[in-house]
Amino acid sequence: MTQKQTIRSGLPDSLFFLCMSIIGGSYVLLIVLLLLADVAYMLQGAGWREIIFANPMVLALAQPEIRYSVVLSLISCTLAAVLSLFVAVPVGWLLSRFRFRGRNLIDAILDIPIVLPPLVVGLSLLILFQFWPLTARIPILGKSLNELVVYQIPAVILAQFAVAAAFAVRTMKATFDGINPRCEQVALTLGCSRAQSFMRVALPEAGRGMLTAFTLAWARALGEFGPLLIFAGATRNKTEVLSTTVFLELSIGDLEAAVAVSLIMVFAAVSVLLITRIWGAKDVMI
Amino acid sequence: MIHLENITVRAGQFELANVSLELPSGSYGALMGRTGCGKTTLLEAIIGLKPVQRGTLWIGGQDVTRRKPAARGIGYVPQDGALFSTMTVREQLAFALEIRRQPKDKIQQRVNELSDWLGIDALLERHPFGLSGGERQRVALGRALSFRPEILLLDEPLSAVDEETRDEMYELLRRVQNETSVTILHVTHNSEEARELADTVFVLRDGQITEE
Repeated sequence: MTQKQTIRSGLPDSLFFLCMSIIGGSYVLLIVLLLLADVAYMLQGAGWREIIFANPMVLALAQPEIRYSVVLSLISCTLAAVLSLFVAVPVGWLLSRFRFRGRNLIDAILDIPIVLPPLVVGLSLLILFQFWPLTARIPILGKSLNELVVYQIPAVILAQFAVAAAFAVRTMKATFDGINPRCEQVALTLGCSRAQSFMRVALPEAGRGMLTAFTLAWARALGEFGPLLIFAGATRNKTEVLSTTVFLELSIGDLEAAVAVSLIMVFAAVSVLLITRIWGAKDVMI
Repeated sequence: MIHLENITVRAGQFELANVSLELPSGSYGALMGRTGCGKTTLLEAIIGLKPVQRGTLWIGGQDVTRRKPAARGIGYVPQDGALFSTMTVREQLAFALEIRRQPKDKIQQRVNELSDWLGIDALLERHPFGLSGGERQRVALGRALSFRPEILLLDEPLSAVDEETRDEMYELLRRVQNETSVTILHVTHNSEEARELADTVFVLRDGQITEE
């Protein structure tokens, strides 16, 4: 008796690719639809002249307090991202390269800002600044750190940094995990101290990852809202950034302005992401 | 000369205890052993990447047991070459000399000398990406020899090269031994490699080294 061998053919390749594309594409479509809906809502019933010269985005940008919030957003996000990277590089390197006592605990602690609701981060920052020595008067300045930071511009940067840095740390750890530690070890045999091997070999190799960590932290900082509201407040022309502007416009019932500012945020974010990508692409090794 | 005197090294749960080995100056030694027998651990202890728990490590008649890797004078060629991806071949060859703050013209001279000798002239301005297995090993060898080390440690340097390149590399390694006074310790699990190149073959088995 001959046994007939059957091969289960499964899904045809073309159908498989179609399924993958549909599932993956649906999310891309959702994002595009969200943006299109915002644009459509903003421009409904407007003529061409109005669309170009008097659309709600242009009108919003004409207001000095919104221009202030755009500028403060750009500056605070950049500072928060730089600070995040400054912290993330050493933390990511240490966690990636060494096995030491308490490593898992530190790893878990670093996830807390990611897991916690952002609102709680803001509340915790506010509470932290009620304690000594943050409430102690600094002789030269005549004020305490509490007075200098809370509900002031530094609070905006600190609140953004507190959350954004955690994302930068994750990215930098993954970056160093992906870099062969042998290279640094070879550098040690070639005459480098630890610091030299880090600066001359590990850091240049991590360039792309640093750029990714920076952009991720920047984008995260731009979207930060909860901790800002609690720790920095939402005072116009003082601690107002784009995310708080959207909230303020919504709270006074100006939906159109809120949508307009949201779109300004989208443009700002996309431009920064594109610039860093293009800048980063020049760095690709040939 | 490399002399390991009753050395004990630990790597996690794994321990190599009381290991001894002596390789005279200018000779070519091969260290063989199965995967997982502790070859790499021993190599890392010689380089200074793993601390030696007990025993003494002598290089060129000096006790280097507690010295940092940079101060041991060892040229190291790891298995995959571990080239620096952000540097050109020229920069890799100049690296150790730049760290030693040697004058620019001397560095230039040494880089040209090495690249001539290793046949990598044409690669000097290239980055490691896209180099063949043999080319990578030549560059790694040049980088390790650039500062004229006393000892050259090769960790399975030929495991990723094809048959033809392997013969060329045999030739090159023989030349390295003949034309420099460097003492070579070559870690391999390939007995043909050991036969082709080594004056002395050491086998690491059950935590002990025997000379064959």
